[in-house]
Amino acid sequence: MTDVRPMIDVRGARKSYGALEVLKGIDLSVQRGQIVAVIGPSGSGKSTLLRSINHLETLNAGEVWLDGVKVNQKLGRAAFERHINQVRQQMGMVFQHFNLFPHLSVSDNITIGPIKLRGMDKAKARELALVMLDKVGLAEKIDAYPARLSGGQKQRVAIARALAMQPKVMLFDEATSALDPELVDEVNLVMKQLAREHMTMVIVTHEMRFAAEVADRVLFMADGTVVEEGAPDELFRCPKQERTRLFLRKFLNP
Amino acid sequence: MQGLDFSVVPPYWALLGEGLWWTVLISSVSSLVSVVAGVGFALLVLYGVPVAQYPVRFFMWLFMGTPLLLQLFLIYFGLVQIGIDIPAVGAGIIGLSLHFAVYNADILRAGIVAVDTGQTEAARSLGFGRWQTLFNIVVPQALRSTLPALGSMMVALLKESSIVSMIGITELVHSAQLAISETYRPFEFYLTVAALYYIVNLILEAGLHGIERKVGLSR
Repeated sequence: MTDVRPMIDVRGARKSYGALEVLKGIDLSVQRGQIVAVIGPSGSGKSTLLRSINHLETLNAGEVWLDGVKVNQKLGRAAFERHINQVRQQMGMVFQHFNLFPHLSVSDNITIGPIKLRGMDKAKARELALVMLDKVGLAEKIDAYPARLSGGQKQRVAIARALAMQPKVMLFDEATSALDPELVDEVNLVMKQLAREHMTMVIVTHEMRFAAEVADRVLFMADGTVVEEGAPDELFRCPKQERTRLFLRKFLNP
Repeated sequence: MQGLDFSVVPPYWALLGEGLWWTVLISSVSSLVSVVAGVGFALLVLYGVPVAQYPVRFFMWLFMGTPLLLQLFLIYFGLVQIGIDIPAVGAGIIGLSLHFAVYNADILRAGIVAVDTGQTEAARSLGFGRWQTLFNIVVPQALRSTLPALGSMMVALLKESSIVSMIGITELVHSAQLAISETYRPFEFYLTVAALYYIVNLILEAGLHGIERKVGLSR
């Protein structure tokens, strides 16, 4: 490891909605190729933290860096818009509710970014879409519309859409929380595949078992702070904090 | 009392045909412009900078609060007075377009707001800018969901277009009036023209249903 500069670096992130403070000074550093899972009860601020990495949430204080570039720079409105669009192209985001574009075919969902933002020609973009769909095991759905897909398929297409921009990192915001239990595995398999390819990932999840399997490091958040973090073995087997123990007990032996 | 005798109509087919041509031309151009302008107004009202937003709001309020006929008179007869001379057909198209654009803007505004915010977030997370997101993702979905309402406005516009006869355009109703002034057979000609409107409307509605079916597949 010669390159020690973290891929994602969040320092002192603070965020409030009115009087409600949802992030109380969070630090998060993710190395290239590292996979970090963020767990915690709902309302702990884990989604807000993830969304502030690509500036879907604006922090009140603190810094976010992506591969040595400051994400939340102070710039004029137009300059910031250009800057953030550039930065976001390097971060893939997968949402709980998939957010596929319903008016576009699977192929167009995946190619619209590369075509409109990277100026890729249509034939090449379609090839790219096919490669990405192959990765998520849905090549045969290339001309389907989102409405014809199951939840698991939609989420796999959403992952393919994000990957088509060839991002440096992937952010997963409870990617399997909206899925029927029997559809969770197909999405998890795709994420594991990405892990094997050493994609840098931050995964906000409610699935402890999956987090334990796939993550290099786990962050346990509660009430806007990081209560505990460590390797999954340590954190899940012998958590140091009482708060973590309580949370895990509730989750692992419901 | 005179019986109905439609044999008076055929000699005037050419005249009625010309009227039909103008009605169809003015209505289709105005429909198109009113939807495009409606999108523009809706976006400006929702997302425009205040400098653009308030004049548009004022203009919409003005156009909703006054009759179409008055607007046509203002555009055609009024503007000449300050040196803007627009030909009748142009004035008719502008008047109908703007009048219906205001209604379309209101319809589209609701449609745009109703598009799930997740759509915008997904587009922004890919790196699309604000306006790129609106034009590529949000507006196409709003157009789809509001298509039935926009279609009704087109049907209304087609019928309302008869009002441009008031600024001297020989559209369908006016062409019938010309024929009546020579034949004194109002019933035959008005019924014929009613049938023609009905036929054009049927075609328009068939087209709209066709589009609705087509985009319905993608939902």
